[in-house]
Amino acid sequence: MRTISKEYLISELERIIIEAATVLDDEVVTCLQVGKAQETSKLPIHIIDEIIDNQLIARNERIPICQDTGVAVFFVEIGNDLHFDYNLTDAINQAVRNGYINGYLRKSIVNHPLDRKNTLDNTPAIIHYSLISGDRLRIRFAPKGGGSENMSKMTMLTPADGRQGIIDFVVNTVKNAGGKACPPIILGIGIGGNFEKSTLLAKEALFRKLSDEALNPLDKKLEEDILKAVNDTNVGPMGLKGKTTCLAVKVNSFPCHIASLPVAVNIQCHAARHKEVIL
Amino acid sequence: MSQDIIKLTTPISDEARLKLRVGDLVLISGVIYTGRDAAHKLMVQAITSGETLPFELNHQAIYYVGPTPAKPGQVIGSCGPTSSYRMDPYSPVLMENGLKVMIGKGPRSKVFQAELVKNQAVYLDVTGGIGALLSKRVLKMEVIAYPWLESEAVHKLLVVDFPAIVAYDTFGNDIFE
Repeated sequence: MRTISKEYLISELERIIIEAATVLDDEVVTCLQVGKAQETSKLPIHIIDEIIDNQLIARNERIPICQDTGVAVFFVEIGNDLHFDYNLTDAINQAVRNGYINGYLRKSIVNHPLDRKNTLDNTPAIIHYSLISGDRLRIRFAPKGGGSENMSKMTMLTPADGRQGIIDFVVNTVKNAGGKACPPIILGIGIGGNFEKSTLLAKEALFRKLSDEALNPLDKKLEEDILKAVNDTNVGPMGLKGKTTCLAVKVNSFPCHIASLPVAVNIQCHAARHKEVIL
Repeated sequence: MSQDIIKLTTPISDEARLKLRVGDLVLISGVIYTGRDAAHKLMVQAITSGETLPFELNHQAIYYVGPTPAKPGQVIGSCGPTSSYRMDPYSPVLMENGLKVMIGKGPRSKVFQAELVKNQAVYLDVTGGIGALLSKRVLKMEVIAYPWLESEAVHKLLVVDFPAIVAYDTFGNDIFE
């Protein structure tokens, strides 16, 4: 049995929380540059330039890319041969507390949806656990902002709606979101499973690398076709029209009931921040 | 759309405001006030119950932002706009009390747009997610009301060349249409 000390775990998570909030992945920047090259009018070029300039300032001066440093979302994969003599959830929340306070990140969590008192340390985090073989701990983190999350949607289609039904639902979700979701966006799409599984698939899809293509050919084709359909909407950067509405589409699928076709669309704004650590 | 960037100084005069057209790029300098959901709710409550407002609304500008905390040596942390539509239920009351400029991101309701035209106010759109860049355009920051709201408190900001795009002008034009 291998163990990971609580102090080491907390300090590593604190590090990736602050890093994620301030440094945008190079592949996102590259996608933005490719998008800009395709634009022909003044506003979308102006907006993409602002976004690229911003991430450079954020990176160089360690200022959060966006003031909405989000809900702290974690996907935690625990090796079967690991043993913890402390509460892992408590340790992760301690890291969130440290990271958000020491990193000067915004605390955006209220303790109840109706009385809305700020918890002042951005806890609790939203943590998804799964078991894997081996003795490693893999933790993926994303500070997920409210603007794009508010525009995300889930629906239960019928099997007869099929592929086209999925594409139409995604396109309508993006059109309805317009500038509110801070395009250029990235789409995480979950198809199959059941009500809650589809949304979890969609969220986890957002953690894939932008260059990653789905292994299943049906999902891969859907990714390509949805990307094209969404970029034909003319929503454009910040909803002010243009070709660059979406940088990437990631589809994750799962078996489902004979009667069902659950579809979830999780929208990620252009400040697509995430970080991973393997301990 | 004008090719030149229009420089605006707050409080923005009636003359300058009425000249603005959808799609104009502007740079704002001077004092602006911040407020988001929670502060809007409190300000509207204050008006309804006849209490004093955190600042005199007449001809002023509100920017919808909840910044990250300033690091030592910084004036303000990351300070990009939040989605404006959430303020739609509150904005008409503020406009009736003299507010003329609202700054945020994204489209807003038809009801809001009608009230905006009626009050001859303007709505300016700032690119979302560029809070680090915008932090460089804020020279001074002061919390003037509701400090317990933390990032949602009302701040008085002194800005210079703060970039925005005219999204709804006084003639009812809509950049998102």
